[in-house]
Amino acid sequence: MSIIKAKDVTFEYIRRDEEGNVEGITTAVDKVSLDIKQGDFIAILGHNGSGKSTLAKHMNAILYPTEGTLWVDGKDTKDEKELWNIRQSAGMVFQNPDNQIIGQVVEEDVGFGPENMGIPTKEIWERVTESLKAVDMYEYRKHSPNKLSGGQKQRVSIAGVLAMHPKCIILDEPTAMLDPDGRKDVIRAARALNDVEKVTIILITHYMEETIYADRIFVMEEGSVVMEGTPREIFSRVEELKKRRLDVPQVTLLAHELKKRGMDLPDGILTKEELIEALGL
Amino acid sequence: MLRDITIGQYYQTESVIHKLDPRVKIGGTLIYIISLFLFENVWGYLLAALFLGLVIKLSHVPFRFMVRGMRAILFLLLLTLVFNLFLTPGEALITFWKLKITKEGIIMAVRMALRLSFLIIGSSIMTLTTTPNNLTDGMEKMMGPLKIFKVPVHEVAMMMSIALRFIPILMEETDKIMKAQIARGADFESGGLIKRAKSLVPLLVPLFISAFRRANDLAMAMEARCYRGGEGRTKMKPLVYKRRDYLSYLVIVGYLAGKIVLGIYL
Repeated sequence: MSIIKAKDVTFEYIRRDEEGNVEGITTAVDKVSLDIKQGDFIAILGHNGSGKSTLAKHMNAILYPTEGTLWVDGKDTKDEKELWNIRQSAGMVFQNPDNQIIGQVVEEDVGFGPENMGIPTKEIWERVTESLKAVDMYEYRKHSPNKLSGGQKQRVSIAGVLAMHPKCIILDEPTAMLDPDGRKDVIRAARALNDVEKVTIILITHYMEETIYADRIFVMEEGSVVMEGTPREIFSRVEELKKRRLDVPQVTLLAHELKKRGMDLPDGILTKEELIEALGL
Repeated sequence: MLRDITIGQYYQTESVIHKLDPRVKIGGTLIYIISLFLFENVWGYLLAALFLGLVIKLSHVPFRFMVRGMRAILFLLLLTLVFNLFLTPGEALITFWKLKITKEGIIMAVRMALRLSFLIIGSSIMTLTTTPNNLTDGMEKMMGPLKIFKVPVHEVAMMMSIALRFIPILMEETDKIMKAQIARGADFESGGLIKRAKSLVPLLVPLFISAFRRANDLAMAMEARCYRGGEGRTKMKPLVYKRRDYLSYLVIVGYLAGKIVLGIYL
């Protein structure tokens, strides 16, 4: 079953001067078609300005395609009647942890989504407990978000979305403002949700090493999807990635260089363990 | 650390007063303030002081915290004292130069001072024992009926709680911008009032820009989490009156009745 399906989605930002005349049009997303299956872990990779965040905002009906159609769980995002259903089934976590936490206590923030949906009080508490446990933040439930680290705040944000029981969570560069430890924790939480709760995860990022556990990777450049495939398929094309100025995980790069120098190694090695095994050490 | 500042003056401890419904505390404070201005005889003041003392005792908040609130109005208090002392006409007790202190003046001054102190201490008990969040919730619920007159009660309450959440963040940001400007040679400390006010411009402009950006992000995040105003919203922590809240209402009404009885018959 496909949870998110895009057909020729195009989005144009129209720049206007002070009198409101059109100065220029920037095409942020250019005829993107993709099909994301329920339960998958998807990564969308790309540089700043590649259109990946704009595409992500379409999946939550914050933006609508200028042309083309995007369906979330079979519902057209342009259909205003379905707006709140779409936002409930496709939750979104943003980049800046400070700017998306509304509550003054962790548990209140997680309860914000369910409150908006009109869930009965007793069930809100069940959902909050369950979501905070799923991201391993339950012991912080009484804390003020201001006193948490960046990674902890992002996990609270994920819990806040999770409490709405979405089918799919879109993480729009959730780790861009975090330190390496915080990044690991957030990615671990996202993977656990995908494994245990079977929530579809769409991770938008420009960190290569975060994408190696994905089921599928889409690489975006100038508004279009330019590469698509499993991490192994994508990372075996080291030269192409380099040409697009994208970093390759260090281990993959090492294996690639070794292979170029004549060692017998398979393509697309993603982890240290795989390399050690392939080298027969 | 700037992140540790508490908004308002909430004092964290366990007590009956802390556990009360915020509506009881807001209502009780209002009734108490009104009662202070109802009747004026010695017994009335005694009762008011007794009631206040009882609540302070129950609240487990150290008395010096309440007095701290008094410091802010010390000037106002002195001013009222002086004016009442010298400007009340009546039987002169002490006269020097053109000023005279009258017997009525002394009584009036003491009365006003007592009233003001009781008023400040009474309302600071409310803010000391209720979290800002709870206060907002209580006010939202109490103002509920105003919705009929199209007063955006929920929206105002939401704005208040968002403001409370962002004050520490913006304080920290101010600090950051200030340091960045100082590093580039900005001077916030020397010069007269006007020069100092002018030097705040390079601080305020980036702060405002960032605040607007944050507001934009937050609005998007709220919409993404299905926020669509107060309509059809449920509460995670609904305000429900418990037995102790009804009892407190009884005590407050009892106090008011006592005050009226004392006022009429004594």
